[in-house]
Amino acid sequence: MNARIKFSKYGVLKFVGHLDFMRYFQKAVRRAGIDVTYTEGFSPHQVMSFAMPLSLGATSDGEYMDTELNSNYEEQDILKLFNDVMSEGVEVTRFIKLPDWEMNKKKCTAMSLVSAADYKASFKTNAIIDANEFKKEFIAFMNKESILIQKKTKKGEAEIDIRPYIYEYSFLSDEFAKKTNRTTLQMKEAELHADEYNSTSVYLRLSAGSAVNIKPELVLKSFFECLNKQFNEHAVQIHRMELYKNADDGTNELIPLFSIF
Amino acid sequence: MKKTALTDDILLSIEKPARYIGNEVNMTVKNPADVDIRFCMCFPDVYEVGMSHLGIQILYDMLNRFDDVYCERVYSPWIDLDKIMREKDIPLFALESQDMIKDFDFLGITLQYEMCYTNILQILDLSQIPLLSTDRTNEHPIVIGGGPCVYNPEPIADFFDLLYIGEGETVFRELLLAYKENKKAGGSRRRFLELAAEIEGIYVPIFYDVSYNLDETIADFKPNNNHAKPIIRKQVELNLSNTYYPEKPLVPYIQAVQDRVVLEIQRGCIRGCRFCQAGMIYRPVRERSIEFLKETAKKMLDNTGYDEISLSSLSSSDYSALKELVYYLIDEYKSQGVNISLPSLRIDAFALDVMSKVQDIRKSSLTFAPEAGSQRLRDVINKGLSEEMILKGANDAFLSGWNKVKLYFMLGLPTESYEDIEEIAILSDKIARLFYEIPKQDRNGKVSIVSSTSFFVPKPFTPFQWTRMNTKGEYKQKQRFLSEKIKTQLNKKSIKYNWHDSETAELEGVLARGDRRLSVVIIDAYKNGSIFDAWGEHFNYNAWMKAFEKHSIDIEFYNGRERDKDEILPWDFIDTGVTKQFLWKEYENAKNEVVTLNCRQKCSGCGAAIFNGGVCNSVKD
Repeated sequence: MNARIKFSKYGVLKFVGHLDFMRYFQKAVRRAGIDVTYTEGFSPHQVMSFAMPLSLGATSDGEYMDTELNSNYEEQDILKLFNDVMSEGVEVTRFIKLPDWEMNKKKCTAMSLVSAADYKASFKTNAIIDANEFKKEFIAFMNKESILIQKKTKKGEAEIDIRPYIYEYSFLSDEFAKKTNRTTLQMKEAELHADEYNSTSVYLRLSAGSAVNIKPELVLKSFFECLNKQFNEHAVQIHRMELYKNADDGTNELIPLFSIF
Repeated sequence: MKKTALTDDILLSIEKPARYIGNEVNMTVKNPADVDIRFCMCFPDVYEVGMSHLGIQILYDMLNRFDDVYCERVYSPWIDLDKIMREKDIPLFALESQDMIKDFDFLGITLQYEMCYTNILQILDLSQIPLLSTDRTNEHPIVIGGGPCVYNPEPIADFFDLLYIGEGETVFRELLLAYKENKKAGGSRRRFLELAAEIEGIYVPIFYDVSYNLDETIADFKPNNNHAKPIIRKQVELNLSNTYYPEKPLVPYIQAVQDRVVLEIQRGCIRGCRFCQAGMIYRPVRERSIEFLKETAKKMLDNTGYDEISLSSLSSSDYSALKELVYYLIDEYKSQGVNISLPSLRIDAFALDVMSKVQDIRKSSLTFAPEAGSQRLRDVINKGLSEEMILKGANDAFLSGWNKVKLYFMLGLPTESYEDIEEIAILSDKIARLFYEIPKQDRNGKVSIVSSTSFFVPKPFTPFQWTRMNTKGEYKQKQRFLSEKIKTQLNKKSIKYNWHDSETAELEGVLARGDRRLSVVIIDAYKNGSIFDAWGEHFNYNAWMKAFEKHSIDIEFYNGRERDKDEILPWDFIDTGVTKQFLWKEYENAKNEVVTLNCRQKCSGCGAAIFNGGVCNSVKD
């Protein structure tokens, strides 16, 4: 049976890189005694793939992992099995079985489906930029016709415009929810483990995945460059809130990765 | 978020921040306010190395089983964080609570190899604890050391308040009780040290005075305090099947050097190889029962989720129930995707059978440790491995599909001649020739032989503790000679030769057989910037040489002298069971190329029988 798991990564776990985190999950599966499928061959490994790596230092309430299980499990059982053996900083929040018709699609892995992501970028202190100044300047930044950045390609460097890939933004949770068709409850779950700071934040919905992946750090870096200011990446806490895919019906509607209908 | 001692900014600017956050799976969480003793256990090297060490896992588990103790851990901050901590004056902290070590009751440091000595000073310095025991007050933690280097603790004795000689499972409880009682009674630090000195196995360096002869050898070593004993007997845990062992070992987030469950199947070794300190100091050999091992293996795998388990001992082939244990593990766990790792295995039919079941033959190599190239020299060091055994083992392995061989040797062994060294090249070539004598259809591809030599360092409590060590120049010359000889072999293209660094060996030699006069050298080397000396890229030979020069200490005095039988050695005050007379007799046997049988074949009366346990009791004469 194919399954998709949603989990949160927070607290000190933000200092554990993606590869190490994958290994951590593999051990957790063993500790929990979850009957996961192994690949054939001399050095078998668990059938497990993550939707999208999270940058070192970022937290998240919207991470996904696909896996293949040999036994049948119900959501609450799997959640308990996992969470009983995990340390503080990881929590499995959703478990959904992927029906065969979903798996038979051309693009069916979480990794191939990701097309957008919601982020909350919070300044850790007010020292970097004053809250009001930030809002004023960021609105102006978003109102620009284009935001050009240098990107390294196979052939060298190319200039691309990232503005079209910044789908939505807001400084307030409720407003962002409205703009992105999310309920208050969904927003609350998506920010549940975000660290609280006494300074300003901005919510962003960005293009993500294998086609065009825009990192929130890139958006902020470009923003500060426009102001001719130095940007210290460590001064901002990035929290990924959710991952999205495009709906099957050909519209551009974005739906969270755990929705299969 | 759980607090971290280091800010986000610092953690994100250094390599592998997960080294410093704690929170690992199976980490013990206690409220410091609920315990009487806060203990911080330290491995003085980087996290990934320290987390691979079984000893700390055993002690951590043991100490945390005591309700009145909270044991936490600390490892050497890497170079990048070390710099930041000094710049910003951040005191060193324990991983569990992220609290400052200077507020703890005890700081325990394990001493596994001499090249970590400057890291001891790094730990003390960053913790803001005075480097010298004599400078510490009631405000400071008690600094206690343990591990194999305590068998000659003299070069670092000045840095420790206490040294625990021997195995940690036995008298820690007694020591901690003495500490608690003393604290309750309002006793001083000195009073506690006196109480500690009365516990068997505990060495309190400040209670001993050393004096020297005109020729710089030791004139006298004796207690200056009534509570201190003239001879300190090591601690031995006799019942290894019924003692502390972690069922829930800590699992790091980042890959440790040993990234698997480690099951110690026995302690000690019957072989008596004359260069080997571990074989002597861990006598008598004691096995853990197979039931204990089977049960423990299961618990450890279930509680960690590791996919590999390693059987650890000095010579696993000598574990009496090895076959049963290994086949059990393979049957039970291989189908669950758990790999079994078996280092220290003699290459015979059983080993080949097992290895073919647990390893990918195409990728793994067969390891032999002849240590010496000629049979003559192997007899001198009492390494009971004949050329016939090596060739047969290699042949059987080649027929089973192996084509990679690793050979370990030492240069500089006592009585070594250039003929002996040349035999290393000849033996390596013989094995390659053997491979090509096998018909093409019965062998697999091309053979690859990697021969490596380390430089012999004489160690305390071995028959070679009196011997002269080669100089760094002699080592380099021998290594070049061997390199040339390998290039003249028929199958030179199949043989790769690796050698170790002679400067590290030289320093290891001095520290291994050094005395208290070296502590100022260690301090100066540290102040000259030496830390992580065990790491090739950070070892700074010049910093050490400057320190030796500054104190007019002659390296040749420690390394280059053949000692007299009756010379007082800095470690003579320790009783390991094995007598000095036995060691001297073995040294003479070595010079006469006489072989000594192993403990099971014939008891040679080394003296370890005084502990009345292990193999000594099971051998009938």
